[in-house]
Amino acid sequence: MAIDDGPIVIGGGPSGLAAAIGLRELGISPVTVIEREGEAGGIPRHSNHTGFGWKDFRKVMTGPRYAALYRDHAEAAGIEVLTETMVTDWEGPRGLKITEPRGRWDVQPPAIVLATGCRERPRSARLVPGSRPAGVMTTSTLQQLVHLRGQKVGRRAVIVGAEHVSFSAVATLAHGGASVAGLVTELPHHQSLPAFRAGAALRYRAPVWPRTKVSAIHGSERVESVELTDLDSESTRTVECDLVIFTADWIPDHELAVMAGCELDAGSRGPLIDQALRTTQPGVFAAGNLLHPAETADVCALDGRHVAPSVAAYLRGSGDWPASVRMTARAPLSWIAPNLLLATGHPPPRGRFLLRSTEFVRRARLRVRQGGRELWSGRVGRLVPGRSSYIPANWAGKVDPNAGPVTVAVK
Amino acid sequence: VSAALRQGPAPAGQFDVAVVGGGAVGCAIARGLSTRSASCVLIEASADVGAGTSKANTAILHTGFDAKPGTIESGLVARGYGLLRDYAAEVGIPTADLGALMIAWSPEQREALIEVAAKARENGYEDTRPVDLEELYAREPNIGPGAEGALEIPGEGIVCPFTTTLAYATEAVGAGCELVLNAAVTAVRRSGDLHEIDTARGPVRARYLVNAAGLRSDEVDAMLGHSDFTVTARRGELIVFDKLARGLLNHVLLPVPTEKTKGVLVSPTIYGNVLLGPTADDIEDKTDRSTTAEGLASLMEAGKRIMPGLVDHEVTATYVGLRAATEHRDYQLETHPDQNYVCAGGIRSTGITGSLAIAEWVREALADGGLDLDSTPAKTDLRMPNIGEFGERPYQRGGRIVCFCERVTRGEIDSALHGPIPPADLDGLRRRTRTLMGRCQGFFCGAEVAELMEGRDGDR
Repeated sequence: MAIDDGPIVIGGGPSGLAAAIGLRELGISPVTVIEREGEAGGIPRHSNHTGFGWKDFRKVMTGPRYAALYRDHAEAAGIEVLTETMVTDWEGPRGLKITEPRGRWDVQPPAIVLATGCRERPRSARLVPGSRPAGVMTTSTLQQLVHLRGQKVGRRAVIVGAEHVSFSAVATLAHGGASVAGLVTELPHHQSLPAFRAGAALRYRAPVWPRTKVSAIHGSERVESVELTDLDSESTRTVECDLVIFTADWIPDHELAVMAGCELDAGSRGPLIDQALRTTQPGVFAAGNLLHPAETADVCALDGRHVAPSVAAYLRGSGDWPASVRMTARAPLSWIAPNLLLATGHPPPRGRFLLRSTEFVRRARLRVRQGGRELWSGRVGRLVPGRSSYIPANWAGKVDPNAGPVTVAVK
Repeated sequence: VSAALRQGPAPAGQFDVAVVGGGAVGCAIARGLSTRSASCVLIEASADVGAGTSKANTAILHTGFDAKPGTIESGLVARGYGLLRDYAAEVGIPTADLGALMIAWSPEQREALIEVAAKARENGYEDTRPVDLEELYAREPNIGPGAEGALEIPGEGIVCPFTTTLAYATEAVGAGCELVLNAAVTAVRRSGDLHEIDTARGPVRARYLVNAAGLRSDEVDAMLGHSDFTVTARRGELIVFDKLARGLLNHVLLPVPTEKTKGVLVSPTIYGNVLLGPTADDIEDKTDRSTTAEGLASLMEAGKRIMPGLVDHEVTATYVGLRAATEHRDYQLETHPDQNYVCAGGIRSTGITGSLAIAEWVREALADGGLDLDSTPAKTDLRMPNIGEFGERPYQRGGRIVCFCERVTRGEIDSALHGPIPPADLDGLRRRTRTLMGRCQGFFCGAEVAELMEGRDGDR
């Protein structure tokens, strides 16, 4: 049996492995996962802290343990996971060119699930000026150096960002023997949970500097200092450090989605998807942090479980690709996912829509409208940049397929 | 036995020629001499060849259409263009014939295009052609509104500056040239009929001295008692956009030049990205390669006008190039036969294109000064690895991809690490393979690549 007798999942992180496992459970065979790293498991492999697995396994474990658990489940389910294998070209609707150590070959699977995840924007993408010394990296590189390779990374760091992952970088730095000068955010507050913030302040003595930006990085060979600008007073000061960690500011790894011809959402930069996680390209589905950068691994895995029946139904059905209505988020909301609405009211993953805001909004009330008609309105609590809020999906059946786009906005 | 590239005392003995400066020009000169049986030493202050101005520029393969007519630069760029194209085809340096469109954004600029075309003819370039607006927007539908006219310069292209310099240096070293890195020159003395050159790695002796020290060429010239020119670092900031922006354009898009600068261009890169830049600011510090908030903002502003859709794309990298500008608007090519000294300084933006012609000029000057050279160079079987997007790359035949964004295979990294001139650091590995050059800037492979770099054995 050739691997393209069945669906191919691209990306072997939590969402991709969960999608593949779900497909096998529904009796689909063969199911193949393509993973470009040497080992499947995705980002949790080097997230050496606890907190993984709550929403999907109902127990809490470390990232590496969680990744291993998914690998074991995939193996037990008879899924072929091809590691060190990368899709390097996309031709026609579902023609993949695949590069792996022994060569390059073409496949034409009947369905594809994109589960390529997301990454943190590096320093260059954030246009931070200055010189280009060593010692500037993202959280992921930091975690890989410290947790996977046991390397010393530096002595004193400035962390850019104050989200959950930024505080996780504080802990990783402590593990790697480096102190933290401070966490810098342009927002008026940190975006993490009070407990994380308090932990950083007490345990690691890491202050958060709000309304501050890194306006330059200095150093010839190695980082020597950063210049910080107070956004309110525009005053600047210099902080000595030999590490600058760029955290959060996630962007989907959407190259394959673009090559596939999928339309992207301007806010999330992930592909447009309906509640069944269909993209705008027939036969191409998507799941995980490619759609909502960045959610926790368990949320991604539940996307994977959610997409499996959609793919199975497509493979067994007539190959229909239903029409949908576009839903967009109005500022200060930056995106909502899913962002294509089926008039059938099909439930989205976990029965809810995820959305993000660029600003803090207390006791936010949101409203979903189509034309002049209100489909839903209600409270969502506090909106925090970089953290998801949720709205229910019980209204989705009210969407009129012929009444134009749907908007979600702060009331 | 060849001396270590990067550490230990500089090679003893006396050489026919010492070339100071391991940029594109110095390496081209050393190649031209050593492949004609001259014993040659190439002295470079930094840890790698091509690590100064040669690594940070717009990488345009210039026809020389817009040079100042009658200058040395004009003739050598035109000649170098043909020589480099032939050499690139021979040894596999990535190039692409894109053609350029010089776009006028005002009626005055449209008038100026006529002068540009006239100047091109004076420079011996006959192929420019006016392009009307309909054709311009048909060929480049993503440029901003308000263009007033354009001039096509079909011969303009792009080239990989990293591979160019490395090919010259590799061929030179293969022909017996001693490459001495980390060896900043501090003084030059006369000792009998020899130059005694003090470097950070000890003295080097040679009969002839060639100064190709780029930003420092005025300082080396002064060590020989001259004060003909002063080099000022002209900072050029550049922004590299994500490969997903590559589909926005088809040509090198040039602005109409002003007195001071050629202006901000938008061009595909040989690696499949889109380049926006450069700025042009004269600065004091020849070592300051920092980008500035103002410079980057001005480029984004210019980019928005030239190609509005471009600035919505992600930025992959920003960098600074320092051109060796002088008070004279020409190359500073000078022979001093009484001193057995040739100066090839003050070479600014066109040095890569001009490099082989400059090398030819220097070679002839040295031969006139009595240096014995073979009439034809030794044949080379050098073939450089292709790191460009316009030819087949190794991953297209298979391999374990280490750098996902740039699709660099483990085999390519191993070859670079064990090549004749291995990289000194990650930046050197990047120039040889494209590793870490991509959109994630190391998010996925940074740790593994760092380990490969650290773990390798051999000369550093």
